[in-house]
Amino acid sequence: MRKNPRYLLWLIIGLTIAAVFINLPKFSNVHIAGKTFNFDPNSIFTTLKINQTLNFREGLDLKGGTSLVLRANMKNIASDERSAALDSAKTVIENRVNLFGVSEPLVQTEITNNNDYRINVEIPGVTDVNQVRTLIGTTAQLTFWEQIASSAAKLGSPDYVILNTPQGQLYLKKTNLTGSDLKQTSVGFDQKGLPEVQLVFTAAGTKKFADLTQRLVGKTLAIALDNQFIETPTVQSVIPDGNGVINGNFTTDSANQLSTELNAGALPVSLSILSSSIVEPTLGSVSLAKSLFAGVLGFIIIVVFMTTLYKKLGLIASLALTLYTLFVLAIFKLSSITPYGITLTLSGIAGFILSIGMAVDANILIFERMKEELRQGKSHETAIELGFSRAWTSIRDSNISTLITSFVLYEFGTGMVKGFALVLAIGVLVSMFSAIVVTRTFLRLIYK
Amino acid sequence: MKINIIGKKYWYFLLSLIVIVPGVISLILFGLNLSVEFTGGSNLTLAFPSKVSSRELTQISNIFTQNKIKIQNITTSGNQVLIKSQPVDQNQDILITQEIKTSLGNFDQQSYETIGPTIGAETLQNAIYALIVASILIVIYITWSFRSVPKPTSSFRFGVCAIIALIHDVLVLIGLFSIFGHFFGVEVDSLFVTAVLTVIGFSVHDTIVVFDRIRENLRRVGGENFAEVVNDSILQTLDRSLNTSLTVILVLIALLIFGGETIRWFVVALLIGITSGTYSSIFNASPLLVVWQDLIQRRRK
Repeated sequence: MRKNPRYLLWLIIGLTIAAVFINLPKFSNVHIAGKTFNFDPNSIFTTLKINQTLNFREGLDLKGGTSLVLRANMKNIASDERSAALDSAKTVIENRVNLFGVSEPLVQTEITNNNDYRINVEIPGVTDVNQVRTLIGTTAQLTFWEQIASSAAKLGSPDYVILNTPQGQLYLKKTNLTGSDLKQTSVGFDQKGLPEVQLVFTAAGTKKFADLTQRLVGKTLAIALDNQFIETPTVQSVIPDGNGVINGNFTTDSANQLSTELNAGALPVSLSILSSSIVEPTLGSVSLAKSLFAGVLGFIIIVVFMTTLYKKLGLIASLALTLYTLFVLAIFKLSSITPYGITLTLSGIAGFILSIGMAVDANILIFERMKEELRQGKSHETAIELGFSRAWTSIRDSNISTLITSFVLYEFGTGMVKGFALVLAIGVLVSMFSAIVVTRTFLRLIYK
Repeated sequence: MKINIIGKKYWYFLLSLIVIVPGVISLILFGLNLSVEFTGGSNLTLAFPSKVSSRELTQISNIFTQNKIKIQNITTSGNQVLIKSQPVDQNQDILITQEIKTSLGNFDQQSYETIGPTIGAETLQNAIYALIVASILIVIYITWSFRSVPKPTSSFRFGVCAIIALIHDVLVLIGLFSIFGHFFGVEVDSLFVTAVLTVIGFSVHDTIVVFDRIRENLRRVGGENFAEVVNDSILQTLDRSLNTSLTVILVLIALLIFGGETIRWFVVALLIGITSGTYSSIFNASPLLVVWQDLIQRRRK
């Protein structure tokens, strides 16, 4: 497998430029030598008309914030409807979390081994647990509002609101029809094949709904979830049988979304707080500067140590390590535009440090073998090739065992353990590439 | 003059035991000083307008007791009262806060943290489960990858010895932290679990590098003089083992001195684990292979 190192060198240079481009933070109006520079790595997406942004996602333990684990009480819900109910509850929580207006809140559902239905919530930057608890720990309220004449509105009462719509102002009054009158919602298609949301009411709900629709033909019957209006459909005709349909300019996705939201108000899923905690930013701003300094210092130590031990080889290894770090960081950042975004947490950073150790180790293994071969009087070129091929089995086996560990930890572990395992696996894979391809290519070029 | 590590193997095993046994005794007697994350419980911080007297402190703890909530620890720091207790749920919290306000006057609840016991237990349980599965898979992988080692040795033993070294390192780390927990109040939290995972990764990695050299030498000279081959292999990889570990240890020392306060014990755990991992690869895992081989040969005779 003696490939021309030239091609590999170009590959490495290309990857490095790409990684630097991805890793550079966005900056604007930077003045260098009288010229102004602007840079945004996301400009490439803008050019390609892709609605994505690259960023490092920091976990709650780095940023600080509130973390909650909610348990959904599924006692009153048929077992085949439970996961749909959980998704509905998640939608409600997402809507409420969005009220905080923070970037990147996290709302995830989880069904545990012992059939516990849970929602994990992380709200970065918000540290008032009481505020979070009151906002999140309640059951969703679905309400129906009827359009009334502006003169009939008693403003100031919570039962009356004015809603601004693209069609103008709507005066609305709260009706006695609520989520508990709704039996089920689903998404269907009308005669033209357009998606619509179908509602089925309970017996009591059917009666109320029939009365309402009779009153409101040609007017609006607005629907609100947690006092947020989600839809303002116009009643077309009287509906006596309790089977309502909401038409609108739906796409299948938006119809599904609405149906889920309505279900959330209809299904009696009560949520209880299993755990709630304020997470102090472990690496708070003071500490972060310190840790960065320690990180840079650690890197310098590695460079000095390797160069003292292995002279020119050590410098090459240091260069390879620099590229290694760039590649891994670029992968972290790139992952933010995939569904498998990597969130940087303290445990992930531990995994990263371990993988750096393993990357250093791969270089040391190779250099020690080369030294041995050189001692036996082999030429530089032969020593490089033998050093690599002899060290390869130990690099392979030790890294495969680490990969096995990380895959198992990822599979069985929860939250923090998963983060550690994922970063470790990525780090190990890149470190093998760095040692075998990057270091070797540099060595071949130098000793040619 | 060659260093004879294998010849003194029992001394090295003894050194390991000297570190492990007190730790295990401490584990049995005192257990681990688990943080709220694992035991389940609440951390409450109440900020009063002025310093809280010890009489008032007793009043607060009485309110907790009346509500059937056991307090594990209650301390003051300036105007703040820090309470560590059994899990307090939302309703209980509102009730207790109200009662304290009635008897002691107004205050601000600065933090409320409650973790149900299930979550921490789950994390721990899953991590242990994962480790058992990973260990079995590693034994299988090593048994397969080392299948070319000549008789009378067997590749299965390499796998098992790597896992024994791993258990050694975990015991050293957990044992020492049990002692630290009892005498210095160091808590075992999720960061510690991360440290243990890191050490496990390093331990197996380090052991396999030495084993790889034994495999290579066995292929070349055969398994006749097993003890000598193992000894030579350890010596040949000694430079690499020490250089790698020294690099990592130097970086960790930099983190220990200059990193933040919050990760201090985490770094200490890593330092202990990496040192133990290096030691066990050289002085335990490989010598154990020899002990095992000797045992089997003696039985055959």
